[in-house]
Amino acid sequence: MIDSVFIDGISFALPLFIMAVGGIYSEKSGVTNLALEGLQGFGAFIGALVATVLSQSLLPSDSPYLMYITLLAAMVGGGVYAMLHALLCIKCKANQVISGVVINILAVALTTFLTSIANTALFDNASNKFMLAVSPRFDVPLLSQIPVIGALFKSMYPFEIIIIVLALIAWYVMYRTGYGYHLRACGENPHALDAAGGDVNRVRFIAVVVSGALSGLGGMCFAYSISTQFSPSIYMGYGYLAIAAMIFGNWNITNTLATCLLFGFAKSGSYKLCQVLGMPSNYSDLLLVLPYVLTLLLLVFFSKHNHPPKAAGEPFDKSKR
Amino acid sequence: MSENKKSAWLRFLEFVDAPKRRNVSIPVLAVLLSLIAMCIFLLLLGKDPLLAMSSFLKGCGFLPKGSYAGGKGMITDLMSFLDVLAPMLLASLGVVVAMKAGLFNIGIAGQMLASGYIATVVIGYSGLGAAAAKPLVILTGIVVGGLMGALVGFLKYRFNIHEVVSTIMINYIVSYVTGFCINTYYADMISRSSKVCSSASRLTITGVPFMGYSLDLPMGIVIALLMVFVVKYMLEKTVLGFEIRCVGANNLCSRYIGINVGRNVVTAMAFSGVLAGLAGVTYYLGYYNTIIPKDLASMGYDSIAVALLGNNSPIGTIFASILITIFQKGNVYMSSQVEVPREIASVITGILLLFSACGAFIWDYVRRRREHLEESYAESLVRTARDPSDSEPPPDVPAEGKGAAK
Repeated sequence: MIDSVFIDGISFALPLFIMAVGGIYSEKSGVTNLALEGLQGFGAFIGALVATVLSQSLLPSDSPYLMYITLLAAMVGGGVYAMLHALLCIKCKANQVISGVVINILAVALTTFLTSIANTALFDNASNKFMLAVSPRFDVPLLSQIPVIGALFKSMYPFEIIIIVLALIAWYVMYRTGYGYHLRACGENPHALDAAGGDVNRVRFIAVVVSGALSGLGGMCFAYSISTQFSPSIYMGYGYLAIAAMIFGNWNITNTLATCLLFGFAKSGSYKLCQVLGMPSNYSDLLLVLPYVLTLLLLVFFSKHNHPPKAAGEPFDKSKR
Repeated sequence: MSENKKSAWLRFLEFVDAPKRRNVSIPVLAVLLSLIAMCIFLLLLGKDPLLAMSSFLKGCGFLPKGSYAGGKGMITDLMSFLDVLAPMLLASLGVVVAMKAGLFNIGIAGQMLASGYIATVVIGYSGLGAAAAKPLVILTGIVVGGLMGALVGFLKYRFNIHEVVSTIMINYIVSYVTGFCINTYYADMISRSSKVCSSASRLTITGVPFMGYSLDLPMGIVIALLMVFVVKYMLEKTVLGFEIRCVGANNLCSRYIGINVGRNVVTAMAFSGVLAGLAGVTYYLGYYNTIIPKDLASMGYDSIAVALLGNNSPIGTIFASILITIFQKGNVYMSSQVEVPREIASVITGILLLFSACGAFIWDYVRRRREHLEESYAESLVRTARDPSDSEPPPDVPAEGKGAAK
């Protein structure tokens, strides 16, 4: 029983985490990113579209490569769509919060619209969903044999491994490389970076595109793990939850992982609790409130110690030094 | 001599960039650009953009449709349009007030739902007469919305919780809790949404006979227009409004000159919540008479768009909300006429937003182009004044011309 809490918790927490890492990249570089919600949805849309088209013509729908291609396509889709946010925030110097909201609204509208257009064009069927193949799951040998915490390594999705690898790379790049150093400088004091000869707008552009790619991956993973389909229900607000996790994790990748795990276990735990207590299904709605109430309460206690990147939200203006 | 005439392009830019006109002309330019983008998009899909645009207007009662069902006409469509315009306008005013204080209220949807739900449960199901119920519904909207907004403001100034995060969390909490209560206690077994509220409490008076038509008279639009002027007066003519704008413009400076920033943050957020609450009651107990569980109104997000498009001014939001509501309301009729999925309305809203978010950029571009063109125009004047017979320009002009042409 406790196994399923761990399994579901992890499979919810990791996609959330990779989206939050994307958010951290963008915000640490000084671009406020409320657009995660839209980016993950658009990424998932592109991924699902590619999966549907490929499984129609080239690859059999149970091909093991299909899922990896889909995940890659989702990352590319999210990255390309994020360029719009980058363009608005960096080139057009638009208000970054507003730009984020615009990106979200446009993503919901465009993906819903294009899904029905694509379905009509490809299958002559005006549905607003793309069905996906069920993702395979596996147990990690040895580790999954450990009592209690072994459940963390049981019946994992392949994408969970991809997320862990990408998160490690993201952590390394952020804290151990020259680019990461520039990126963090961009968010704290862009003029210092400019004076040192760095290109602030270029660093920011790359960071926003990276955040789009990671969000797209997260969205695709949600599409696989929650519903095995792409539909407008992908916009459940997990992008916003990732932002909350990021803020609560104080824009730090390790802390954010802890927050995401907390959210994941709170969610899966409350579902399980509901089943164990034998409550009718609509009581689960009440328990679903738990992660959100928890976030608010924890923020009440910890917000005072938060250090958001100093320059986040401000377009870079060379002349303002 | 023709080069001494101002080119049409320069005149156009001067017209757009005139200081007294700028606040209006830039949003209008953004709207025009997005409509053009929209037409191109429709042409790419192989549809007739003109038919689509006129169908939007017909669906909202601005143009006559080909045929009407019995008891319906242009005026019924128009009334229905005004009915949904009212909450949109109120919600956008809520965004405007918060934005003036430098706060970003994306919790409008949650505040609307909370006030609509409480008004429905407490008054909509109570069986009070119309004379008592209608004012009480409005009062409930004000109180509940105000409290929700004040809570966000309090969390912001007391605990330093960013309003974007707290409003998102509150949105979900409200959505799940009201969804649970409706599903458990107030669900209508057939429609699966909440039981219908009493018509006495509804802010839309339904089925009024008028010249052979059966009209739904919206009271909400009166409240909404009234609130436009209340907000305008409050922001421009009162001390509170001045302080709110001060806090929004520069937090530190306001503190320095002795404005109580915390109190103003809470007040602005509470006022924004009041407007969202009014939007909620006119939406759930006016335009609709029931609440779908766990469904946050997309109007909450669209209102941000409207406020942005309306240049963040109370009067501007009237025009912006009319424009956006035409697309949102007219989409059903449009999609039946043009055979485009009705989600295109949201795509149009999105594109509109995209262009208005770039407003500052367009402004900047227009100003730079105008200055550049005016310079070369002045140069050409100087050149002809210096020597009208000699067509060869002085030696320094070509170099400048090249530099500017880059």
